[in-house]
Amino acid sequence: MRRDGQAVEAGRQTSFVGRPLERVEDAALLTGRGRYADDLGVKPGTLHAAVLRSPHAHAILKAIDSSRAQTSRGVRAVLTGEDVRRWSQPFVVGVKQPMEHWSLAVDRVRYVGEPVAVVVAENRYAAEDALDLIRVDYEPLAAVVSVEQAIREDAPLLHPAVGSNVVSDRSFRYGDPETAFDRAPHRVRLTVHYPRNSCTPIEGGVVIAEYLPGEEGYEVTSNFMGPFSLHAVMALALRVPAARLRHKSPRDSGGSFGVKQSVFPYVVLMCLASRKAGAPVKWVEDRLEHLTAATSATGRLATIEAAVESDGRIVALAYDQFDDVGGYLRAPEPATFYRMHGCLTGAYAIPNLTVRNRVVLTNKTPAGLVRGFGGPQVYFALERLMQRIAVELKLDPLEIYRRNLVPPEAFPYRAAAGALLDSGNYPAALKLAEHEGGLAELKRRRDEARAQGRLYGIGFAAIVEPSISNMGYITTALTPAQRAKAGPKNGAIASATVSIDLLGSVSVVVASAPAGQGHMTVCAQVAADVLGLKPEDITVNVELDTQKDAWSVAAGNYSSRFAGAVAGTVHLAATKLRDKLARIAAHQLGVAPQDIAFAGGEVFPRSAPERAIPFARAASSAHWAPALLPQGESLGLRETVFWTPESLAAPDEQDHINTSAAYGFAFDICAVEVDRDTGRVRIDRYVTTHDAGKILNPALADGQIRGAFAQGVGAALMEEFRYAADGGFQSGTFADYLVPTACEVPEPLILHMETPSPFTPLGAKGLGEGNNMSTPVCIANAVADALSPIGDVSDIRLPLTPAKVMGLIGIDDPAPSRSRERATEPAMGDGGGRALTANGAIEIAAPPEAVFKVLLDPQALVQVIPGCHALQAVSENRYRAEVTVGVGLVKARYEAEIALSELDPPRSLRLAGSGLSALGAARGSGRVTLEAIPTGTRLSYDYRAEVSGKVAAVGSRMLEGAAKIVLAQLFERLGRHAGGAPAKRESWWKRLLRLLGWGK
Amino acid sequence: MKPGAFDYIRIDSAEEACELLAQYGDDARILAGGQSLMTVLNMRLAQPGLLLDVSRTAPLDYVRLQDDKLAVGAAATQASVEWRAGLAGEVPLLKLAFPHISHFQVRNRGTVCGSIAHADPSAELPLCLAALEGEVVLRSKKGRRVLKAGQFFQGMLLTARRPDELVEEVRYPLAATGTGYAFEEFSTRHGDFAIVACAAVVSRDGIRLAVGGVADRPRVARWPHLEDSALDAALNDFAWDLEAQDDPHASAKYRRHLVRRLGRRVIQQASAATSGEK
Repeated sequence: MRRDGQAVEAGRQTSFVGRPLERVEDAALLTGRGRYADDLGVKPGTLHAAVLRSPHAHAILKAIDSSRAQTSRGVRAVLTGEDVRRWSQPFVVGVKQPMEHWSLAVDRVRYVGEPVAVVVAENRYAAEDALDLIRVDYEPLAAVVSVEQAIREDAPLLHPAVGSNVVSDRSFRYGDPETAFDRAPHRVRLTVHYPRNSCTPIEGGVVIAEYLPGEEGYEVTSNFMGPFSLHAVMALALRVPAARLRHKSPRDSGGSFGVKQSVFPYVVLMCLASRKAGAPVKWVEDRLEHLTAATSATGRLATIEAAVESDGRIVALAYDQFDDVGGYLRAPEPATFYRMHGCLTGAYAIPNLTVRNRVVLTNKTPAGLVRGFGGPQVYFALERLMQRIAVELKLDPLEIYRRNLVPPEAFPYRAAAGALLDSGNYPAALKLAEHEGGLAELKRRRDEARAQGRLYGIGFAAIVEPSISNMGYITTALTPAQRAKAGPKNGAIASATVSIDLLGSVSVVVASAPAGQGHMTVCAQVAADVLGLKPEDITVNVELDTQKDAWSVAAGNYSSRFAGAVAGTVHLAATKLRDKLARIAAHQLGVAPQDIAFAGGEVFPRSAPERAIPFARAASSAHWAPALLPQGESLGLRETVFWTPESLAAPDEQDHINTSAAYGFAFDICAVEVDRDTGRVRIDRYVTTHDAGKILNPALADGQIRGAFAQGVGAALMEEFRYAADGGFQSGTFADYLVPTACEVPEPLILHMETPSPFTPLGAKGLGEGNNMSTPVCIANAVADALSPIGDVSDIRLPLTPAKVMGLIGIDDPAPSRSRERATEPAMGDGGGRALTANGAIEIAAPPEAVFKVLLDPQALVQVIPGCHALQAVSENRYRAEVTVGVGLVKARYEAEIALSELDPPRSLRLAGSGLSALGAARGSGRVTLEAIPTGTRLSYDYRAEVSGKVAAVGSRMLEGAAKIVLAQLFERLGRHAGGAPAKRESWWKRLLRLLGWGK
Repeated sequence: MKPGAFDYIRIDSAEEACELLAQYGDDARILAGGQSLMTVLNMRLAQPGLLLDVSRTAPLDYVRLQDDKLAVGAAATQASVEWRAGLAGEVPLLKLAFPHISHFQVRNRGTVCGSIAHADPSAELPLCLAALEGEVVLRSKKGRRVLKAGQFFQGMLLTARRPDELVEEVRYPLAATGTGYAFEEFSTRHGDFAIVACAAVVSRDGIRLAVGGVADRPRVARWPHLEDSALDAALNDFAWDLEAQDDPHASAKYRRHLVRRLGRRVIQQASAATSGEK
């Protein structure tokens, strides 16, 4: 009888977890019914904000005059640093240093794009109109744009009170690395750079904030994605109890990839703007703001060294790492270092480890969460090193992998720095990739290509992919003594609520703030399986309201925590509710609770399946007839479960830290061909093997892998936030910050294995970030291998743009056949950024004395400087002027200062100018030399200019050309003014034709 | 990213546009497909007081054969030229170049005359016009003037258009018998601004090589038939003459390299196309 009941149960219920169900989210999204933050209705009277941003990378904020902006049409308020000081306090940061980060710059700006003021107006147009009317008096300071520059003794300091740009410096030692390094026959060492880049969601940040007068606090709707530990940071900054910062997240998101974490400072900023304006305020981040100032992955400079036995076994690793976190250490930084800390030995059984982590401030946008967080940086060093070991020891890379991988029987395996690798079979994954991925065929292709002189290479990458971050890992940045004082932090509390209503339908509420991953679909699958229902019977609500919902410190959408933690907690909550229903049903049916089964939408005793009652009826009776409840049973059909992985302890005295609850594994193989003519990298095949434990929905899993892979390809080949030598930001549009499109992303071959995690309720682990970690370095390794016939290339830097790869191949650049003035090599800034230079010469039909006179005469100067409207002398040879600079249809009106110095009449002088416009700041200085020639004067100029702010962010492609045009205009006018038209230059092509003997 | 305030007039005829341009001059801008102008406006890099929208000006929406040229009116979209049935025979170079112009969504809106008037040094349509020695018809209240491409393009985003003039029409010369055409472009991604774009026209008289993306405007070299090392030397000198600049995407040196490689390739392809027609 009992066996029959089980058969009935099995026959009635199909399991939904593990099946590639279509997303329940899609119908709404595809028919335009998405509920994105910008689409939500706002209260009548809601005002709109625009943010004034610094055009300077580093400057003292001397004064702000917003009087004209305040009286501009439609403007209701202008928020400045003064208000921010009055109503808020600086953000809490993870290390103890005397540095302040406010939601708005108060006395100094430290990166291009840093908010300086907020205009609140009746609409965004009016707000932006008024931005142009705010006058800010900046005193520019020298900028620091690279780690190398920032750590120099004499570097300009971003936060002078700290006394250094290195705001955290911690060293760690595990095992006995000194002995291992001493004894090992080989040491392989590599220095790598990981660039600043991002993952770029389609939707920017959105904040709708309202100040509630009196003691009520603030109410906010935003697309902030978590971690909700930052809710505490926001509430503290606003100086309100956390309960009085009510934060709501909308259902749908236009993508996050970690990046929406950086919305949090704007939540605070817009709360304050609302307070100033006395009305709700809405702000929608535009693309330029997003790329310039939202966030970035940390740039990293790392030197990694391995002690290696002759057979390729690694016995010790040493990391010396610097993270470029930008102008402020913004929470949760320096988490980029510490998220990966426990598993710095990767997928390998390496018992000895040293680490030195230095957190460095530079004049760039603050760094933060970006999908893969910390992983791309670590694996770029570690997996590049694996490739180098193979090259230097002349061993097969796969052999080295096999010798070092954590063996399957060792799980759960405690890694040197404390990660408890939960489960896996790494060698099996390797074998799967090798065989299913067709490595032999790829090797054949490589042999063939090389025989023909083509550049073809194969790269590998093995990674462990951490998921479900230990909220205590960040405290590894503190010393054990500091931690002891502050009290331990650990865990990763997830929550889920499952309830049943009056008609017996089931709802699930989670605090996971999804960003398009399909959380609703998976929650429905999980709950349906537990309750014997179909996914379509389950209603899932993923909106989050911090005043009403069950949530805790780890809530939010990050660290690949959904599958392992959130879906698992849904399972626990649904099970708890099911068990209660079973007790109720058992009482009514007169059987034991253990006998009750849930399947096929019915509830029945296994011993008597014919007595089945519909789920809805069985479930709703608790509402309608509480008298029928068994004695002692609590009222209500709503179960909330909070769950945290037991394995997540706080860092111990020796700095061991289990940084994540689960660790998936990925092994990638990439074959590329590099075009010898252009340096373009073509991916011939990409194989990616994943073991993420139990897969809850294979279709969603593959979607995650494809998305991460596309971003990995972008990071490998094209994406980088570029800065000029003066800290000017140069990647402000998608024409300059290149992300791969469908044309550039090949279809990867995806392979799966499932080794369930013993530490998560469903055995699931995260897999959404793996390819962000593995793909950039795997492609880099393939390119390194492809270039090996040319020479030993070890310094591979991302992104591998065609120009950069061609530089590695070597460009044959023969001199022209005739002597010509060879263009001067561009001046490189310290940070690798380029200074804008222009030089040229012009012949003027007037003697040097006359030309010099024009330069000293303000009346003449006003006519010579292109677009000069007014020129006022402020002192001898110093002028204030309004100058409109234009190239084509682009025009900017600068308030400029012009100064003449180093006068040596009539031979030379220095002409310098600096100005500020709505499009940014510009500075230029150059030496003008006059030389007497038979026809008059030869005037030559040699200029160096710096342009930053909006025009540099969106127009870097044309800046150099524009500078040349403006200077050419200037000196042609000078020539005309001094003595008639400049002596004409022979046109270039007439010259060419003549030289080729083909001219007329 | 919201434009400053501007007035907007939808234009019914070229005469009306010229009348208004005469009145407002530099403060007025012609809006056609808006594929460059709208971004510039949204980023407030330009704040003209008046937009004159010719995108629905029926008399200017034409693509027609006129003498030995393909004449394209100011309102005609790039797609309307690209998908012209006979284009491959009429102006083969354009047929080759169109797929490189951004993405089809942009070509559906963008106009030929708009691209010419904008004069982006990396744009393909100005490059083809220069390579083919086509013409630009400028019209003002005072009348029309017709400029050769070489006269029209003056520099980066700079043209010979006067503030009161409308780029009314662009004329691409039709294919000549015994002449071969070829086009190649190198950009980081499909549809990006060219790092280097090359167009070659090879005829009985010699070689014309036009290069975009390097100098401040499309530049054209005219050579007799050169081969082997003579062609290499000419290409190298031309690459240097373009005075390539560094930008965040590519160095000057890399651009010279691409000019030499792509230049040679298009000349070879165009030469082959010549012999094919014989």
